[in-house]
Amino acid sequence: MTMTPARYLVVDRLAETADTVTLTLEPVDRPLPVFRPGQFAMLYAFGVGEVPISISGRSGAGGLIHTLRAVGAVTRALAAVQPGAIIGVRGPFGTPWDLPAPPGSEVALVAGGIGLAPLRPVIHHLIAHRRRYRRAVVLIGARTPDDLLYPDEFDTWRAGGVDVHVTVDRADAGWPDHVGVVTTLLDRCITNPGQVAAYLCGPEVMMRLTARALIDRGVAAAAIRVSLERNMRCGIGHCGHCQLGPLLLCRDGPVVGYPVAAPLLAVREL
Amino acid sequence: MRATTERLRTHPFLAGLDEESLERIATISTVVALDAKTWLFREGDPADRCWLIRSGRVNLDVHLPGRGEVIVESLGAGAVLGWSWLFPPYRWHFDAVVVEPTSAIEVDGIQLRALCQTDPKLGYRLGQMFTAVLIERLQATRLRLLDLYGPPR
Repeated sequence: MTMTPARYLVVDRLAETADTVTLTLEPVDRPLPVFRPGQFAMLYAFGVGEVPISISGRSGAGGLIHTLRAVGAVTRALAAVQPGAIIGVRGPFGTPWDLPAPPGSEVALVAGGIGLAPLRPVIHHLIAHRRRYRRAVVLIGARTPDDLLYPDEFDTWRAGGVDVHVTVDRADAGWPDHVGVVTTLLDRCITNPGQVAAYLCGPEVMMRLTARALIDRGVAAAAIRVSLERNMRCGIGHCGHCQLGPLLLCRDGPVVGYPVAAPLLAVREL
Repeated sequence: MRATTERLRTHPFLAGLDEESLERIATISTVVALDAKTWLFREGDPADRCWLIRSGRVNLDVHLPGRGEVIVESLGAGAVLGWSWLFPPYRWHFDAVVVEPTSAIEVDGIQLRALCQTDPKLGYRLGQMFTAVLIERLQATRLRLLDLYGPPR
């Protein structure tokens, strides 16, 4: 079952940025089992190849939403598909985000670049269960204002009780939000370090520095989870392409507790 | 309004200073409320003050011919704005504009320099504190130079 792609129909394609699109998929046959936030699918562009892409949302009963960036042959092919096309999907694979977080938590999501996509279902969870948590904060870092994902959704998220803060690396005057690295926003989201549950997704350097900054502010390492990425191929822990030390990230990740991830991230070329 | 030691102590930058040092800094500090769109300084102007931001936001800008103002960095609650008063030639390197109504503690840089010279112990301590801010900003700048969110190469 997990090795044979299921056929999914592309029912919507939204260009998020110059190189990033969001695809909405509906099953042609039986839908795959329910994906949990943080898990990923292997998306297959027929005749080109397969890539691992985290879910960035659900559509209806069996539909999937994936946001992907065109960076290689397969992702370029997938980013170019139009509504009406059929692609292959395998999954769900990997470990999900730890949800729900403990009641009364201050949930802090820190996203860098395309890393916002795997955290988007967590934002949907926070809105749906907002009363469970003491605070819900999303810190978003991007290269420029034009590179922000889902900017039209920020107000909806805020209306749902999620505190959204945005920063970019570069901006011209007129940009109304922050300019600087995402760690400079951390003090806005931590009022009770002992209550924080943090979910980080973005470039590894960004996650490492954010995790360190959180720990410096009193957040327990065990309360921090990161989403790691390696060369996932089979999705079921057999081929070994995604090995990171003792982990096979397609099976033991992508979501990993920081106490496990920290020593692995410190090893060069691992 | 003159800043009190209680108010100074609540700013994270000064939180570790002893009471006597805070009292001396309080004599050369005022609490200011800054309206949005206020220019605090322009590139090349004499640098004679610094601000400890309590709330709001200030942008450091630079003017690029043909492109206009480009934001170099935003500074918000808890940040220190301005260190050019500490080092020759005591001139600002960028422009600073208030982008949100901002509350800050404004410290007289010339008097603070004099204070550091007459009290080397305090001067050394403040030197360490400002250096820590400089290092943090340098590391953040290096991270942005890495262009982590850019296309993979």
